[in-house]
Amino acid sequence: MLTPDVLIIGAGPSGLSAGTELVKRGHRVLVVEREAVAGGIPRHCAHKGFGIRDLHRVLDGPTYATRLVAAAQRAGVTIWTTAMVTDWSASAGATITSPHGRFLVTPRATILATGARERPRAARLLPGDRPSGIYTTGQLQNSVHLHHQRVGSRAVILGAELVSFSAVLTMREVGCRTVAMVTEHPRPEAYAPVAKAGGLLFRFPVLVGHRVTRIIGRAQLEGIEIENLSTKQRRVIECDTLITSGDWVPDHELARLGGLAMDGRSKSPIVDGGLRTGSPGVFAIGNLVHPVDTGDVAALDGRHVVASVEQWLASMPPMPSTVQLIPAGVLTWVAPGRWGEFVARPSRGRYLGWVGGFARFPRVTVRQAGDVLATRRLPWPAVPGRLFRIPSSLLRDVTISGGDVTIEVK
Amino acid sequence: MPVLRDHDAVLPTRCDVAIIGAGLVGSALAQALSGLDCSVVLLEAKGDVGDATSKANTALLHTGFDATPGTLESRLVRRGYELLSAYARQTGIPVERVGAVLVAWSDEEFASLPTLREKAIANGYHDCALIDADEVYRRLPALGPRALGGLTVPDESLICTWTTSLALATDAVQRGTVLALNTTVTSAVVGAGETVLTTSRGSLVATWVVNAAGLGSDVIDQLFGYDRFTITPRRGELLVYDKLARQHVPHIVLPVPSSVGKGVLISPTIYGNVMLGPTAEDLRDRSDSATSESGIDFLLTKGAKIMPSLLEEEVTASYAGLRAASEHKDYVVDVDATQRYAVAGGIRSTGLTASMSIAEYLVAAIRDAGFVATEKTTLPPPPRMPNLGEESLRPFANEAAIAADPAYGEIVCFCERVTTGEIRDALSSVISATSLSGLRRRTRATNGRCQGFYCGADVLARLAIAVEGHS
Ligand SMILES: Cc1cc2nc3c(=O)[nH]c(=O)nc-3n(C[C@H](O)[C@H](O)[C@H](O)COP(=O)(O)OP(=O)(O)OC[C@H]3O[C@@H](n4cnc5c(N)ncnc54)[C@H](O)[C@@H]3O)c2cc1C
Ligand SMILES: Cc1cc2nc3c(=O)[nH]c(=O)nc-3n(C[C@H](O)[C@H](O)[C@H](O)COP(=O)(O)OP(=O)(O)OC[C@H]3O[C@@H](n4cnc5c(N)ncnc54)[C@H](O)[C@@H]3O)c2cc1C
Repeated sequence: MLTPDVLIIGAGPSGLSAGTELVKRGHRVLVVEREAVAGGIPRHCAHKGFGIRDLHRVLDGPTYATRLVAAAQRAGVTIWTTAMVTDWSASAGATITSPHGRFLVTPRATILATGARERPRAARLLPGDRPSGIYTTGQLQNSVHLHHQRVGSRAVILGAELVSFSAVLTMREVGCRTVAMVTEHPRPEAYAPVAKAGGLLFRFPVLVGHRVTRIIGRAQLEGIEIENLSTKQRRVIECDTLITSGDWVPDHELARLGGLAMDGRSKSPIVDGGLRTGSPGVFAIGNLVHPVDTGDVAALDGRHVVASVEQWLASMPPMPSTVQLIPAGVLTWVAPGRWGEFVARPSRGRYLGWVGGFARFPRVTVRQAGDVLATRRLPWPAVPGRLFRIPSSLLRDVTISGGDVTIEVK
Repeated sequence: MPVLRDHDAVLPTRCDVAIIGAGLVGSALAQALSGLDCSVVLLEAKGDVGDATSKANTALLHTGFDATPGTLESRLVRRGYELLSAYARQTGIPVERVGAVLVAWSDEEFASLPTLREKAIANGYHDCALIDADEVYRRLPALGPRALGGLTVPDESLICTWTTSLALATDAVQRGTVLALNTTVTSAVVGAGETVLTTSRGSLVATWVVNAAGLGSDVIDQLFGYDRFTITPRRGELLVYDKLARQHVPHIVLPVPSSVGKGVLISPTIYGNVMLGPTAEDLRDRSDSATSESGIDFLLTKGAKIMPSLLEEEVTASYAGLRAASEHKDYVVDVDATQRYAVAGGIRSTGLTASMSIAEYLVAAIRDAGFVATEKTTLPPPPRMPNLGEESLRPFANEAAIAADPAYGEIVCFCERVTTGEIRDALSSVISATSLSGLRRRTRATNGRCQGFYCGADVLARLAIAVEGHS
């Protein structure tokens, strides 16, 4: 297994799904996972909401993770756990560190499926004391669901993305009351109905348009100071737990060590519609390329990538020519970030993007060489702090010789 | 080997020398004194060694090129550089000689470079060289625009301050020092031949008392009837950037020092990150190590000018340290033979480098003042410390180590590549970790870019098992 057809780094929903599909088509696949158990982030999300688009059922995270792992194993995927890729480049291969030793794996194709994480307190530059009691949702759920550790009794949740509501659910399970949710954005980022239900159901205020200006508490968290962005007024909320939720950053260490072309805004490797990176034989899928979407969307990336991996394994074609997709208006990044003729249609026929401003009925305009190729008003809003989906049909008239394409959202 | 930690552990009733404070300076003193035939007790208010200013600094091993010539600090920094470099080689404290480039951004600063070079020579450091702007950019391609020239300091080095405190204190304990943690000294009564110290762990009779209490050194000094210096905590805030930023920063980037202090630098860290800071701001509260909005803004503004590309990278950590600044320009290092009392206080911003030379100097002074003790004939070898340096071989990358013990191949903290073997070792070492922060300083676990998103819960669980097993 040191020379598989395909090496997949990361056994989350995307990596596992890609592995299963590729093995079913007769390729030798090795999936390596640094955690002791495969499954990725869903392993510790105990609530329901997984598997809808890929498995067509509503599962909780651990069940979803277990099913994906079982499916991969049944299909014949080799999965190494407690095996971390500590060094990688397309030409030299992957160095794997494990209790069994260090191994150099030199595959014919490599899929990076390393996922994304939430920005912790320091990365958000929150000033103040440095007490305990501050967690990302990831650490919170790891603590509660995998290690049965205790958290405090009064929590403030920073961020109002979908994952933030997931944090509220976890808190409720362990008897920790959420006293407020705080977000800089003028509206909760999560889907309005969830947010509304969340607010009503859990009875805590969602403080939009606020930022955290100080962390208070020497040993244990005692409170946070927040500022109303429009009035500049500040006040202190007492709490012993702060969850810094959402605000995702891809786990792009290997992508950058390997010198892949990166998107400066999403900090993800740039891929085309076939999920090919700028380096031949290297593919990137899941939340690594779009921080972040739901697990099922990541899993479907794992199926979508199969076509280009197989094309590579069959004929090792030279890098296809592609054109760059340039975000404009409120759009800050878009993935895939390049368009090519081979697999022109991205996974699920959607481009995924991130917006810097709110638009209730956003107008999307696609231009190439100054010509408007398509323009359409979408019925769903563009909301900062949550992925924005752009139908790929808007890019139907893009041509490979036409030069860079701008996608404007207003 | 006696490390007193729990509430019911009892202090020895008497000793030849009691040292107050187990920062770098107190630990170095204990290491030196316990090389003599005498009994030493090292008293520390906190639950760990090196847990105050000694843990939160910029961790540079200074050549002393920019000290004030003729001061004790100038002399001891030079000597400390040599002593600590040699000790680091013996014990495995990681050191990286990356060198510094001091960059001039204005005509005035540019004009001062030759003077700085002369000052370096006056401080006994001869290897500084003036370089023009092209050469500055050749060495530091990521530097922001409009640098006019620079001065190189090839021997400025990175060191691990955490491992240094631990190595010195471990060495001291192995040489027979009794380390009393969670032990605060509250009063001193000087008698004819001995001094009675009252501590939170009961009283202790000592022939000699050495004050290495850092931010509390003036308070201890007053217990001996002095009123010669007052400590003002001068806060230094720092931002630590992601390891992926390290490629931008091959050398330490220094500013031209001003009357206010050494200024804001950008430096690689021994752990493979990049550091931006420190600020310099006088505070009142000696225990306030919070970061501030204004401090962070100030650093971002400075950083944007010095190296704009750095600010595109993710911030991994932010912290603040308090320099023990006094009204004097120099260290307060003195011996009072009558009271059999010595002080090493006001060790502001070079005490990591000078820790061993301060100890060497003060021990000689104490012996001159009548303290009689001969060198021990046999000493245990100095400890071999676990390597936290990114550039030297770490367990996860060491095939032989993994083959001998698979726990060194089992990575728990992915960002910092810390293995279960290292965590186990830190939880069972001579001065073992009993808190998350203690474990972080011994292994780097959870110090990385995810700050515990992946491994925080696992690391805490391992700590809890070890600590509960202990008590
Ligand atoms: C709190 C929370 C709640 C969520 N709730 C939902 C929900 O209700 N429904 C839903 O559909 N989605 C939900 N999600 C999102 C979902 O979990 C993700 O979309 C999904 O896990 C992404 O899959 P992935 O394969 O891209 O990455 P991940 O699941 O993150 O997997 C990446 C894997 O790669 C491994 N890896 C990384 N680097 C290396 C390396 N160098 N060597 C070896 N292995 C490596 C990691 O250990 C990890 O296991 C939630 C996420 C969170 C955090
Ligand atoms: C921002 C910053 C950057 C710096 N950068 C560098 C650098 O790059 N290179 C360098 O060489 N130096 C640097 N320094 C300086 C260096 O960190 C200090 O000089 C050094 O740590 C001082 O060590 P210490 O042992 O004197 O003090 P401390 O580390 O403060 O130790 C004193 C100890 O005494 C204990 N104590 C106090 N009162 C009592 C009591 N009553 N009873 C019992 N125990 C007591 C305290 O708990 C503490 O542990 C920097 C400092 C700062 C703040």
